[in-house]
Amino acid sequence: MEAAMGLMRRMPPKHTETSLSALLSLLPQHSSDLLSQVDQPLQVLCDMEYGKEFILCEYNRDADSYRSPWSNKYHPPLEDGSLPSLELRKLEVEANDIFAIYRDQYYEGGISSVYMWEDDNEGFVGCFLIKKDGSKTGQGRRGYLQEGAWDAIHVIEVGPEEEGTAHYRLTSTVMLSLTTDNESSGTFSLSGSIRRQMNMHLSTEEGHLCNMGRMIEEMESKLRNSLDQVYFGKTKEMLCTLRPPSEVVMRLPDS
Amino acid sequence: MADEEEAELSEKQKKEIAKWFLLNSPPGEIQFVAKDVKAVINDDVLYEEAASEAFPIYNKSHLISIEMPGRIGDVCTEVRPALDDELPSAYVEEFRCALDAEILKYVGEAYPKGVCSVYCGNGKDVEGPGFDFELVVVISAARHSPQNFCNGSWRSVWSIEFKDEIQMLELKGKLQVGAHYFEEGNVQLDAKHECKDTTIFQSSEDSAIAISNIIRQHETEYITSLEASYSNLPDTTFKDLRRKLPVTRTLFPWQNTLQFSLTRDITKELGIGK
Repeated sequence: MEAAMGLMRRMPPKHTETSLSALLSLLPQHSSDLLSQVDQPLQVLCDMEYGKEFILCEYNRDADSYRSPWSNKYHPPLEDGSLPSLELRKLEVEANDIFAIYRDQYYEGGISSVYMWEDDNEGFVGCFLIKKDGSKTGQGRRGYLQEGAWDAIHVIEVGPEEEGTAHYRLTSTVMLSLTTDNESSGTFSLSGSIRRQMNMHLSTEEGHLCNMGRMIEEMESKLRNSLDQVYFGKTKEMLCTLRPPSEVVMRLPDS
Repeated sequence: MADEEEAELSEKQKKEIAKWFLLNSPPGEIQFVAKDVKAVINDDVLYEEAASEAFPIYNKSHLISIEMPGRIGDVCTEVRPALDDELPSAYVEEFRCALDAEILKYVGEAYPKGVCSVYCGNGKDVEGPGFDFELVVVISAARHSPQNFCNGSWRSVWSIEFKDEIQMLELKGKLQVGAHYFEEGNVQLDAKHECKDTTIFQSSEDSAIAISNIIRQHETEYITSLEASYSNLPDTTFKDLRRKLPVTRTLFPWQNTLQFSLTRDITKELGIGK
């Protein structure tokens, strides 16, 4: 299992799905560990009743069906599929509405889904998912990307309320890949995945949703920034140590 | 279901999977990948087979250089002198040798840790003018700094066709760069580019100078275009995935969210909006 995780840390992030399915077939005895520890690109289904797409993950799965956050029904239909309590479902509906607006403002497109469920310590857990296809054939407004995918997974555990405060633990993963392709510079492809945690103790005066939302917003901005500045920057630094760009391009005499 | 899959996975499939992992190793990391693959495969015989097939392919495609005897090489265990009929003719060798000297000079200047070679690709038996032949320039630079969580490699292969009849040299270059940064994450760069150029057929020395100038020019231009790709990231390319700030240019108003959903309900009820 340790070796399997080691491999996942080294294989190109854009091949995550292939790597994972290879490991699953080699280590079927570890399949549940692998599926819970390896983040993979998000899949999507359509809720026909609402004509809206929703994102699949371990948290809205029961047997081989997935619950839509829009209709609260399982696809394919499943009798006795587990559902959140009425009260939590109300929060889930609200979270989906608001998160969709948040998503639209930052992503200018994309798909989002929020799932909530009760946990064992009188608190609850929320999972906020965003998937965006930023390629020019997808929802890339500016049309720069031949291929561009962003998958964000935020799992936030909310502890029981005590004296008007609650503990929030957020674990976020972002997976992305982008490729530009043009005549003069060839194919340029960057892909990556990072995961971070954040813990906060907050007053619940403004409601859980407000607290969760702010934490996710802060975390997403941090992750985006470190991918852009630190992670991509490091690969650029590497490039420049391999073959430093010289200041002056030597021109050939006309021949 | 899992049991069925396990039973169905033949030795051949396992070996293919092992090879796939090995061949997808980031620059300079195949040894680490190999260790993990060996543990996952859990079958030493099968692993050895996969490794013996994958390592040579990986080493060649990554242009791993061999240290020649005199120093201690760990890749190469046996070196033999080339036989006479394996070497190019004196005519071709004159061009190869002149180019080798120029490329060495260029690589020494442009790459802090570059290695290069010039080989005869085709027509090694051409004895004099009247026939075509081909030389191949191979440049490779690698840097492994696991202590800084970063590895990378640069590879370029240039083929130069000496066309006797039209008295022209046709150059084709394939440039490839890879980098892996893995401090608390896994981010990889993979960039490729192909380019072409021509120049006139001259004496061995003049051809060598012209060729190395063309290579220098294209490789420098390529680095510049890669830098441009990087500097375009934050404001153009990356923006198509996720913006730094919302379209409103202010942080999302979470405190007003209740209002938001109320407005939504009203909009829905009144049937306005889309």
